[in-house]
Amino acid sequence: MTVVLPRPSTVDLRVRATPGTVAAVLVLGLVAVAVVAPSLIAGDDPLAADPLHTLDPPDTAHWFGTDQLGRDVFTRVVHGARYSLSIGVAATALSVAVGGLLGLVAGLSPRPVDGLLSRAFDVLSAFPEVLLALLFIALTAPGAPSLVLAIALSFAPRYGRIVRAQTMVVRRSGYVEQARTFGLSGVRLAGRHILPNVLGPLPVLATIGLGSAVVNAAALSFLGMGPQPPSPEWGAMLSESRNYLRVAWWTAVLPGATLTVTVVALTAVGRRLQRRFEGRRA
Amino acid sequence: MKPLVSIVDLHVSFPGPVHAVRGISFDILPGERVALVGESGSGKSVTARTLVGLAGPTASVRVQRLVVDGHDTRDFTERHWRRLRGRGAGLVLQDALVSLDPLRTVGREIGEVLRTHDIGERRARPTRVTELLDAVHVPEPALRAKQYPHQLSGGLRQRALIASAIAADPPLLIADEPTTALDVTVQAQILRLLAERDGALLLVSHDLSVVSQLADRVLVMHDGRIVEQGPTARVLTAPEHRYTRTLLAAVPTAASRGKRLSTVERLPLPPRVVDTADVVLRADGVHKRFGTRHAVNDVSFTLARGETLGVVGESGSGKTTLARIALALTEPDGGTVRLGDVPWSGVRERLRRPHRRRIQSVAQDPLSSFDPRYTVEKIVGEPLPDADRRGRVVELLERVGLGVTFLRRRPRDLSGGQRQRVAIARALGPRPDVLVCDEPVSALDVSIQAQILDLLAEIQAADGTALLFISHDLGVVHHLADRVLVMKDGRVIERGPASRVLTSPTHEYTRELVAAVAR
Repeated sequence: MTVVLPRPSTVDLRVRATPGTVAAVLVLGLVAVAVVAPSLIAGDDPLAADPLHTLDPPDTAHWFGTDQLGRDVFTRVVHGARYSLSIGVAATALSVAVGGLLGLVAGLSPRPVDGLLSRAFDVLSAFPEVLLALLFIALTAPGAPSLVLAIALSFAPRYGRIVRAQTMVVRRSGYVEQARTFGLSGVRLAGRHILPNVLGPLPVLATIGLGSAVVNAAALSFLGMGPQPPSPEWGAMLSESRNYLRVAWWTAVLPGATLTVTVVALTAVGRRLQRRFEGRRA
Repeated sequence: MKPLVSIVDLHVSFPGPVHAVRGISFDILPGERVALVGESGSGKSVTARTLVGLAGPTASVRVQRLVVDGHDTRDFTERHWRRLRGRGAGLVLQDALVSLDPLRTVGREIGEVLRTHDIGERRARPTRVTELLDAVHVPEPALRAKQYPHQLSGGLRQRALIASAIAADPPLLIADEPTTALDVTVQAQILRLLAERDGALLLVSHDLSVVSQLADRVLVMHDGRIVEQGPTARVLTAPEHRYTRTLLAAVPTAASRGKRLSTVERLPLPPRVVDTADVVLRADGVHKRFGTRHAVNDVSFTLARGETLGVVGESGSGKTTLARIALALTEPDGGTVRLGDVPWSGVRERLRRPHRRRIQSVAQDPLSSFDPRYTVEKIVGEPLPDADRRGRVVELLERVGLGVTFLRRRPRDLSGGQRQRVAIARALGPRPDVLVCDEPVSALDVSIQAQILDLLAEIQAADGTALLFISHDLGVVHHLADRVLVMKDGRVIERGPASRVLTSPTHEYTRELVAAVAR
């Protein structure tokens, strides 16, 4: 006998759009346009220098002002979205794929294999993510490809652990046991029940992780490990503007704010998706 | 005599709107034991909680008169309620593990009641706590008072909770399903304890046998209303209202063997044939150890075509492990299992696979046995061959009393009884020789339980399916089983025809079990 507990008036698990979510989706829409077709938002050349207008404060001609070479900061920020975002997306996709696969193998394997993989995840997670990525780039060469690999490597243990734990839960669940009593083979059990129930939540987790991947990409670029100047990558822009912070705050603050807003929007949408997903499973 | 509790026209509703209680009135006299009986959702718990102001923050309570222990509680604030709780009315809930604070010793928990109501000298309180624990027959009370809830068994926790409820010696004790989570022998001890107390008791229960042992008067609730009330003996033997009669007819006992439970008239079930020469499942000297504990210790049994073998025992007796061994989900450490003529234990899974369809299972909690992404159609269709799958699914659903409309439904949108029907339909799909049922009706209300038990009996009569039926409920087993195994600590301590074992048991433990549910 359970007590009739008060329930919400409708058992509606669809997520109602809050103003915050709407704003986040709008921001991401704009960022997506900037990635796909930056010229639609800012038609000028992000590399075009104008020696007559260096370090101009923001006005109607230059919304975000100009930098030390007289390049339009707004145009650079818009065109830079492509670098920062695509590095984040590629790194996340790669780390989800590699980490997920290893996690799945760990979750399904006998104990020695699982132990080996789990310890590998532990060792990798013991390093701070940025440090691990930095180490990797130091051993290769700076640039976008190694940046993607470095971030993917540093994020893979995170996804590996989640997928391993989820695999264990699903593998021991009542419905997998029940399916065994129908005479299904191990391969078919994995394909029909385990994989779909393990991989289901991954896209949502990846969306949340995307935010941190973008931040880490910018941080490593700031340290000069990513796309090299004059590429308008956000982290690289922040790095270049460091010397002019006292005289031209806009060269650092406005790209930085864009980065922050983008990451917050990504995380907000990811959390929203996660809540919706969990609601559906509960 | 002035009533201790007096309720006139109580309505409780929750946003939704859910009208949990729809206008009920009753009195409780000092020292009287009143039982509130009904199924889940009948409003009995909400009524009990409203008496101590715990209907919940979203509840809206409308009442003409609500007097508890001489206080008109209609304009009570939370502070007034706090003073009433414990002092005027003590509350005992079903699950003592969640009702007791895990971070405090049992002694402190009970002492808090004394402190809150400022009872006795501060220095005398630890002694009083020990006395209270002793009064509820907790052995070594001084030692137990220093322990935390998780260190106590379920029965001891429930006693500690009762001790805290009676610490301030309230004239009324409210017990909401106080024994539901407990094994029968422990349940009997708790009931004896509640019966020893002199004060008034409001017992909330779905279990009519518990009610018959304890209550002077019964109020039967259905859909938020009291449909019948009267002295316990009268209501339980000569019920007047149709609902009460259905409820009583649904209770499985020795007397209901071979009869339908879901009809008031108790019509006979279709006859079934047991072919004792055709053994479909056999276990010989099966052992299973987890660490140093023998979960199953030297268990042997045979199950014939069309037969029902009941396995009874308390929690931890090894019943479920035995079921898993029968399903070849757990490999025994010793002994052999044969499914018909096929070796079923100690063989490679590859050799078992083609025969797995011959033994299917129905679990206590069907929801966890369904893939969360699946619709009813996919669930029932999973073990079926591809040819005309939908036709077969519809046929199976109809057999268990569900229509085509259920194909697209998702299990979490179904009621407990409907889910169990889906689970049974799925298990029948491969036309198994053996159906392993592990507590298949334990989570269901008695009227739904009656329907499911009738359904299983019909299927058995039509298909000649053998049932390995695991239950802690002796009534259910007595109603259904041909033969019974009684398990304790992994061993079979008694076996034989259900009618013999459950009426004149020879083993002391079985006698204790049977005595515990005697009505």
